[in-house]
Amino acid sequence: MSTPMPESGYNFAYLDEGTKRMIRRALLKAVAVPGHQVPFGSREMPLPYGWGTGGIQVTAAVIGPEDTLKVIDQGADDTTNAVSIRRFFARVAPGLRTTERTAEATVIQTRHRIPETPLSEGQVMVYQVPQPEPLYKLEPRRAETRRLHALADYGLMQVKLYEDIARQGRVGSSYDHPVMVGGRYLMAPSPIPAFDNPKMHMSPALQLFGAGRERRLYAVPPYTEVRSLDFEDHPFEPLRANGHCALCGARDTYLDEMITDDRGGRLFVCSDTDHCATRREEKAA
Amino acid sequence: MYVAVKGGEAAISNAHAWLAEERRGDPALPEIGTEQIGEQLTLAVDRVMAEGSCHDPSLAALAIKQARGDLIEAIFLLRAYRTTLPRFGTSLPLDTGEMRVRRRISATYKDLPGGQVLGPTFDYTHRLLDFALAAEGHAPPPAPEAEPGEDAACPRVTGMLADEGLMAGEEPSEAEPGDLTRTPLSFPAGRALRLQNLARADEGFLLSMAYSTQRGYGANHPFVGELRQGEVTVEIVPPELGFPIEIGEITVTECQMVNQFHGSRTEPPQFTRGYGLVLGRTERRAMSMALVDRALRAAELGEEVVAPAQDEEFVLSHSDNIEATGFLEHLKLPHYVDFQSELEIVRAMRAAASPPAMPPVMKEAAE
Amino acid sequence: MSARDRLRPPVAATAGTLLPGFADPVLDAQSAFRAVLEAMARPGRVQRLPRPPAPPAPILPAAGAVLLALVDSATPVLTDAGAEAEAWLRFHAGCPLADGPAEADFLLATGTPPPLAALRAGTDEDPQLSATLILQVQALEEGSGWRLTGPGIEREHRLRVAGAPPGFIAERTANAALFPRGVDVILCAGDRVAALPRTTRIEEG
Repeated sequence: MSTPMPESGYNFAYLDEGTKRMIRRALLKAVAVPGHQVPFGSREMPLPYGWGTGGIQVTAAVIGPEDTLKVIDQGADDTTNAVSIRRFFARVAPGLRTTERTAEATVIQTRHRIPETPLSEGQVMVYQVPQPEPLYKLEPRRAETRRLHALADYGLMQVKLYEDIARQGRVGSSYDHPVMVGGRYLMAPSPIPAFDNPKMHMSPALQLFGAGRERRLYAVPPYTEVRSLDFEDHPFEPLRANGHCALCGARDTYLDEMITDDRGGRLFVCSDTDHCATRREEKAA
Repeated sequence: MYVAVKGGEAAISNAHAWLAEERRGDPALPEIGTEQIGEQLTLAVDRVMAEGSCHDPSLAALAIKQARGDLIEAIFLLRAYRTTLPRFGTSLPLDTGEMRVRRRISATYKDLPGGQVLGPTFDYTHRLLDFALAAEGHAPPPAPEAEPGEDAACPRVTGMLADEGLMAGEEPSEAEPGDLTRTPLSFPAGRALRLQNLARADEGFLLSMAYSTQRGYGANHPFVGELRQGEVTVEIVPPELGFPIEIGEITVTECQMVNQFHGSRTEPPQFTRGYGLVLGRTERRAMSMALVDRALRAAELGEEVVAPAQDEEFVLSHSDNIEATGFLEHLKLPHYVDFQSELEIVRAMRAAASPPAMPPVMKEAAE
Repeated sequence: MSARDRLRPPVAATAGTLLPGFADPVLDAQSAFRAVLEAMARPGRVQRLPRPPAPPAPILPAAGAVLLALVDSATPVLTDAGAEAEAWLRFHAGCPLADGPAEADFLLATGTPPPLAALRAGTDEDPQLSATLILQVQALEEGSGWRLTGPGIEREHRLRVAGAPPGFIAERTANAALFPRGVDVILCAGDRVAALPRTTRIEEG
């Protein structure tokens, strides 16, 4: 990959040191209270709100020139926004290496997926979060949801799950399915498919979440209990497309559906492009 | 064999090259200069500075040029620049009573000390397209100037009402106001942060919120007590000096709306104020701000909170156009993954509801 | 704090200013933060600070690095480390000094710390508004000593802490019962750090 020239006139990783310290302090408190949304003085970034400003600020506060950064969007390294964010860091963080390989990365910034390749202890996941408040569809007032979190009063969510069962016959909203962290805080896992939720549970990696527009960040430390909300008689069961990857043949990965013609033809490919490419290389070897 | 689409990086740089070409337009025509924008599109520059929360006309003009005239995009450019600037100090409160007035009107008194000064306004223009402006080389004759006679002070209308005991008092506070660009809002936010938020809120949003109060959604009965526009001095106190020094002047617009208040058990009937103060000659936003400020005082004044414009969390959370446009436009980003999971759910629900009505068997393309 | 106070330079030049802070204020702060983040995320795992400063005694290099990485004009600090140490801290970090334990965002204890119950624990709505105690000890070793469990720990981490204040575990247990409120502790020895976030349960080894 071509590395653009470092941008002069900006601090390492773009943010000024005061902003980094503010975010770093908030991150440490977020780790100390797993799943709790910590308000932070989110800055206006040169990318629009909703396009990963929270994740970018967290990554900028965390990375150093010794890191190797991977950026994915929808599981893929080559989607436009992933390319744009990776280029941004290549411009403003001289020395930083970038990679598309999950296993090589020390910091992985993601939108909407957790890589298929299992994460390891040396890795930090940074999630871009559009809406950190898991209760927002049920109670839009953040003054009220803060109170509910303080009281651990999640009755509203139980009602929502009942409704899902009544309407859909199952528990597992398709994405952003809420989780309980450490048995205490209800947390939005960001709009990852429910298929990815189990990967958060007892992950060896540190998971950080940044919501720039909503000015919240939160964290799940490694080896922390993360349970997808469900009922005993309606256990959480994530769905994935019933197919296999047309490129690598995988039957256990999350798949993107492609329309191949206008006569109903379609096929599936892995959403995780690195995992898929690695499997194909291994097959070829 | 299916081959995945690649080349995001090339596509992005090609798109940006095309954007630059479109921005320039027909190269046979002279390129517009930022000085021209600064001098001739002044109200656009003012809006960009107001909502960009940054007083720098030349940067605002550059932002407008770079944004191809899309003012929200220009505001975004200015905000993103502003956030990188170091802070050297905090100014003292502006004294709008000492404003060098270019325009000052009151709708509540026919005449008043300081007089009615129309200033350079669109008011009373007939909105007829002026085809003379389409011709080049149009320079208007200089406007007549008033006799510099009465350099009378220009006291505030609200002050005059207050002297008569008719204006509800507002407790002065020495507390340091918060800074919404540094600390996230929480609710109730309080008036200082509310006014900060409204001062840089999207003009269209403010206007619509204000308009809704006029149509009965949280009705108040506003009069333009006073609208004034002009230059005010900005002062700071450098710590090494310990006394205020002037660092420059800026153009602002201030609107004080006067609203009837029926009184309560403890307070007699009187007037209350809605306040608007904005950067630049942005009169519509100053007036809108004053109406929305008054509507948001509902709870404080013991009025029932029933309308959107009276709902502090609703108004302040949705007023910022940089937040709003970013989140709205993020819907353009790929959502393949979430959509795929919705597809699976909808298919599963349909299968459960009516097994015979299944869509035709999916054809899987050969590997 | 008034606007005018904020403009005031944080400190007058004193002996403490003679000792440097981070050699590279940007990159050394980043590596120090990463070590602390790792320590907080994996309680009881001892992290070595790659490029700590050389603060005036009695501040240990690790504690100096943690402070310079995290504190600034927004965070009142309370310390028992004495005038020279305070001057060093104010010069390099620009932090205000807190009037008492309840006002401090960060506390640096080189001797016996104030009781944990006297420190800010945050509120149920804002548990992040709690103090962080930086506690200097004689030595930190993994593999034996206290048995730690909780988030960040797969099964159990062992941490030997030489020179912890008497009664620390009992105080810490009482504080942990306030969860989600509570104080987070960063232990420092030489150039090493380990952390005890409020979620960690400690049993005597």
